[in-house]
Amino acid sequence: MSEQSQDYTTGQHPDLPAPITSTGVIGWARINLFATIPNTILTVLAVLLLLWLIPPVIDWAFISADWSGQTRDDCTREGACWVFIKVWFRQLMYGRYPVDEIWRINLAYIIAVAAGILLFVPGLRGKPWIGLFLLAGFPIIAFYLFVGGSFGLPDVETPLWGGLFLTLVISGVGIVASLPIGIVLALGRRSKMPVVRSLCITFIELWRGVPLITVLFMASVMFPLFLPEGMNFDKLIRALLGVMFFSSAYMAEVVRGGLQALPKGQYEAAQALGLSYWKMMGLVILPQALKLVIPGIVNTFIGLFKDTVLVLIIGLFDFLGMVQLAGTNPDWLGFAIEGYVFAAFGFWIFCFGMSRYSQHLEKKLHTGH
Amino acid sequence: MSMNPHGQESSASGSQMAISDEVAIQLNNVHKWYGQFHVLKDINLTVHRGERIVICGPSGSGKSTLIRCINRLEEHQKGQIIVDNIELTGDLKHIELVRREVGMLFQHFNLFPHLTVMENCTLAPIWVRKMPKADAEETAMKYLERVKIPEQAQKFPGQLSGGQQQRVAIARSLCMNPRVMLFDEPTSALDPEMIAEVLDVMVGLAESGMTMLCVTHEMGFARKVANRVIFMDGGEIIEQNDPEQFFNNPKSDRTKLFLSQILHH
Repeated sequence: MSEQSQDYTTGQHPDLPAPITSTGVIGWARINLFATIPNTILTVLAVLLLLWLIPPVIDWAFISADWSGQTRDDCTREGACWVFIKVWFRQLMYGRYPVDEIWRINLAYIIAVAAGILLFVPGLRGKPWIGLFLLAGFPIIAFYLFVGGSFGLPDVETPLWGGLFLTLVISGVGIVASLPIGIVLALGRRSKMPVVRSLCITFIELWRGVPLITVLFMASVMFPLFLPEGMNFDKLIRALLGVMFFSSAYMAEVVRGGLQALPKGQYEAAQALGLSYWKMMGLVILPQALKLVIPGIVNTFIGLFKDTVLVLIIGLFDFLGMVQLAGTNPDWLGFAIEGYVFAAFGFWIFCFGMSRYSQHLEKKLHTGH
Repeated sequence: MSMNPHGQESSASGSQMAISDEVAIQLNNVHKWYGQFHVLKDINLTVHRGERIVICGPSGSGKSTLIRCINRLEEHQKGQIIVDNIELTGDLKHIELVRREVGMLFQHFNLFPHLTVMENCTLAPIWVRKMPKADAEETAMKYLERVKIPEQAQKFPGQLSGGQQQRVAIARSLCMNPRVMLFDEPTSALDPEMIAEVLDVMVGLAESGMTMLCVTHEMGFARKVANRVIFMDGGEIIEQNDPEQFFNNPKSDRTKLFLSQILHH
């Protein structure tokens, strides 16, 4: 080595490639898997554990599983019987929504997915408008599509709604509504006006202090008692309002965390330039504060998405509710495991998607400070 | 200790811009408390248009608080502050009117990290002055050239050095075309080699006739550009004079002590 380094005159030393043992696959494995003796032992144990766990799962879910057939007689019971899911698929996805009207739901899905894909197209102009459409325009279109009763579409009552569709409606409304309401509550809680501040604190602490189950029970059982005779609110709307306020209270505290994390200097610089309160918040403070708390916001979204299964207790059959309903059908007793695995997989897809999207956003919005 | 800024001998640099009779800022018997703590005590100060004032004093003397009262980042409890013939009261309209005419520089620059340098400079002109975007960008480019960093326009503040960030902050303020500039220790957070580049821009600004109030410990800068140096201690203005007199012939003992501490170490 010392002979080699004399090949170069001082000050002219070129950049040499790093030694092979510190880069590439071998280097990575050496550093991460076999760096010390305990590390090596853990690596070996982990590999053994995976070898013990994964083959039976793959065997159950794929190799020995039954894929074709129409009735439970087609199930060999050696592995998972996905025939169960296949037979019940429409109910799991759409509940008791009339078969002839399911295209309305699918159309809304297609619009949402298409707009969502456009958001990912790099360099496309007008992305803020697409975002605005998804948050403001799409819910209106979806409302008319789902409910019907106008534009020549037959009425579909909400008790017929169910399955993954209902889960997406409840969580979608909760997510879209909770962020703006949460922001307003968070700003209100930091307001200098005592009345606004106390109102916001009361609202937040009240909703955050009760379990969602209680909120839903109150919405479905107690709330109607306070309504005048004959007046009836749709059960789904009551549940939606409950979920909305509940998640807004959580969101408010997440956003407040972001507002408090910003240095005071950002507020002062914006004020010193003559920006009014709303311009300061909208242009300077919130863009930074929300970016800071993306992990917290998505955390709340994911929690909300999974909490929607609680609507089962007030008689709404969401994705998990339909799985349970199908599992208790006399013709299909004994297929609960397949149902729950499928439900878990469905929830995981959505939650993982949200998680990946938030990481993508964080990376995109990083400005090197 | 009132003094007439006119007919005063020129400061060390000899570059004297005309100071008009017009009063830019007027403070009458201003008091301020933080809770029970009396930070500003009976401050009387008249700043004429085109004047360049350096405020110095030990830490905790209230000098930052004083200039922060002038654009109402801090609220005073007693007395009168009039900027550009607008009195600062609780009236939000008045406060916003004053703020758009008064630029301010901070110790920690306070650029908006989520916006590019160009967007930092055009934000207020577009949203407060309702300037068309193209015009705002043209103005911004002019001032970025003046602070000698036009090539950084598309970068984010986090990618710039401290000195560059502070120069962007100066450009950002100038884009609002302010009539008065306040500086709150603009070089205190900078490495020595960056202080010079910021001070150069500030000297240039002074030579263009900007009305400036500057809290700083850069006594070289004070000698070079100030018309008047104000010494504060314990929330009071102890002494004010032209730089020549202030540095060579300080009157009060506290001033002498302060000067000896910052000049001889």
